[in-house]
Amino acid sequence: MLFGSASRASDAPTIPDTLQQRIAACTSCHGVHGEGKPGSDFFPRLAGKPAAYLVRQMQGFQNGLRKYAPMEYTVRQLSPAYMQEIAEYFSAQQVPYSRSPLPPVGAEALQRGEQLVNSGDPALKVPACASCHGNQLTGVEPSTPGLVGLPYDYISSQLGSWRTHTRAMKAPDCMALVASRLSPSDITAVAAWLASRQLPADTHAQAAGSVKPMLPCGVLGAVKNAAAGGGA
Amino acid sequence: MIWFRRLLLLLVVSGGLLLVCVLGWLFFGGGGHQPTSPAMSKVDATTLRDPALIAKGEYLVTAGDCAGCHTAQGGAGYAGGRSLATPFGNIPVPNITPDRETGLGSWSFEDFWQALHVGKGRHGELLYPAFSYTSYTKVTHDDALAMFAYLQSLPPVRQPPSALALNFPYSLRNSLTAWRALYFKEGVYVPDPGQSEQWNRGAYLVQGLGHCNECHAARDTLGGTPQDVHLTGGQIPEQNWYAPDLSTQSNGGLQGWNEQDIVDLLKTGQSAKGAAFGPMADVVAQSTQHMTDADLHAVATYLHSLPARAPLPEEKPPFNTSALIQHGEQIYTQRCADCHGKNGNGVAGIYPPLNGNSSVTEPTGINATRSVLLGGFAPLTAASPRPYSMPPFAQQLSDADVAAVVSYIRQAWTNKGPIVQERDVSKYRQTPID
Repeated sequence: MLFGSASRASDAPTIPDTLQQRIAACTSCHGVHGEGKPGSDFFPRLAGKPAAYLVRQMQGFQNGLRKYAPMEYTVRQLSPAYMQEIAEYFSAQQVPYSRSPLPPVGAEALQRGEQLVNSGDPALKVPACASCHGNQLTGVEPSTPGLVGLPYDYISSQLGSWRTHTRAMKAPDCMALVASRLSPSDITAVAAWLASRQLPADTHAQAAGSVKPMLPCGVLGAVKNAAAGGGA
Repeated sequence: MIWFRRLLLLLVVSGGLLLVCVLGWLFFGGGGHQPTSPAMSKVDATTLRDPALIAKGEYLVTAGDCAGCHTAQGGAGYAGGRSLATPFGNIPVPNITPDRETGLGSWSFEDFWQALHVGKGRHGELLYPAFSYTSYTKVTHDDALAMFAYLQSLPPVRQPPSALALNFPYSLRNSLTAWRALYFKEGVYVPDPGQSEQWNRGAYLVQGLGHCNECHAARDTLGGTPQDVHLTGGQIPEQNWYAPDLSTQSNGGLQGWNEQDIVDLLKTGQSAKGAAFGPMADVVAQSTQHMTDADLHAVATYLHSLPARAPLPEEKPPFNTSALIQHGEQIYTQRCADCHGKNGNGVAGIYPPLNGNSSVTEPTGINATRSVLLGGFAPLTAASPRPYSMPPFAQQLSDADVAAVVSYIRQAWTNKGPIVQERDVSKYRQTPID
């Protein structure tokens, strides 16, 4: 070993040339494996979500469809190729789900939540969540995210964001339509029931094309003028 | 009776301003210019379709980063459709694609030249200097023609402008007559025969199309930069970033930067001395990385000739800061040292040094504070397509913690910047992005 004046080189930390190291800006909130952040239910889990869905969300923060300043700042410059690489990283992570606390909701609300998730509400023209997000609610490749293992706060705030236009998708925006047809108490019910549910044995997203969406959705390839009047 | 003096000052200033507006209206009101139709233009349509001219124009429009203002978030390139926030209100950014109704489709080159060089619209109306004609007036006639040819070659996009939302009296266009008398000198760049061709090219790019002084110099209360103030650094209004002084000499913001450091930063987003972030990261990604090495070296040569600056007066901290600095050092060791190094020297090409970095020690502390809060990726450029990034600490550190760690890095090693207080951090935490 050599001793002597502290050189610049000896002070320099060794930095691994890995994607995980490069994306510290992502993992500090979403977890090293995209597991989300325990105790901060607004930072969603990314692990295992369809890669195309994750790319779309980053694009949404770039082009203004989604509004959240820290995310807009973080992804503003990322190229399509880099976003794809980052999305594939998180999509491929397999880490256990953690449970988040539920707000105090009554049995009636949970029942209403279950009804909306599994059957929808024809009177409100709200389709069942399961009709698009998969019969086990684990999502559908390539662009429909799973709804399992998400915290109550996150789900309710996302549905609220669609109502207040701080989250949007390529038109026709089927989720904006659904969220606009739900009352605040329905949003609470859906979020609570989803967050309370046990995980299915297999949490992978269903194969592409395995569901037939009930509403025209731009992200699923529907064209804009087909949006009028869509219902369950 | 400070409030009384302030009130008096306000009355005098606003009264004076109003008087100038009224006089301006009386003497210069109404414009009177007529647009030149493309058919009546001295430049024929064939010239504007010359591929070589269009290519030259594309390079110049990129070097000038026109897209930086004229493209909305997620919008079509150069189609405007957004507003620029200024301390005087919001100014709509025009569509400069060749759409006939909402863009420059019915403009002639003469109209374009009048805007770029004289700061006047097609009908002679005075343009708000959010459009930096204070700099663009230095662009040559030939370069302007190439830029116009390129813009006219773009696909037309229909996008009407948003509404002007300026506060009174700035909403009166003719109040600009007084502003122009103070801050605007019309004229193409005149080369200095005592300097090299490279220096002159650099000066032309920096002072003209690059419009560097529009951010890298402080603006006064009327939003202008006095004509003798050149690249001495300043806080960017509304955006709340500090654009550093660009002198590489003693006490300059880039003190110790060599020519290659400047070229590296503009080409790749990073240099051995620091990285671009905030608005400059966008400038590098959209504009300077696409400039030729010859032009970047010219810019560096010119910046190298900027004079040394007077040392800033040393600020006495308002309280005993040893506890603050000690707390900051603890946070640094836990959160920052793994990447930036115990001695703040960073990792070459990956994480910027904090020691001797003018973005850390700039007078206000805004840059270091907001970088800690926001984190983010280094600029994405052809030379650095998968940049490393820094975690945003806004969600992890309190205002007091951020103040401590920023104060520490501003005073550690060779750095000698004033401390930052908790109340400053809470202010910048709320600054909107964009």
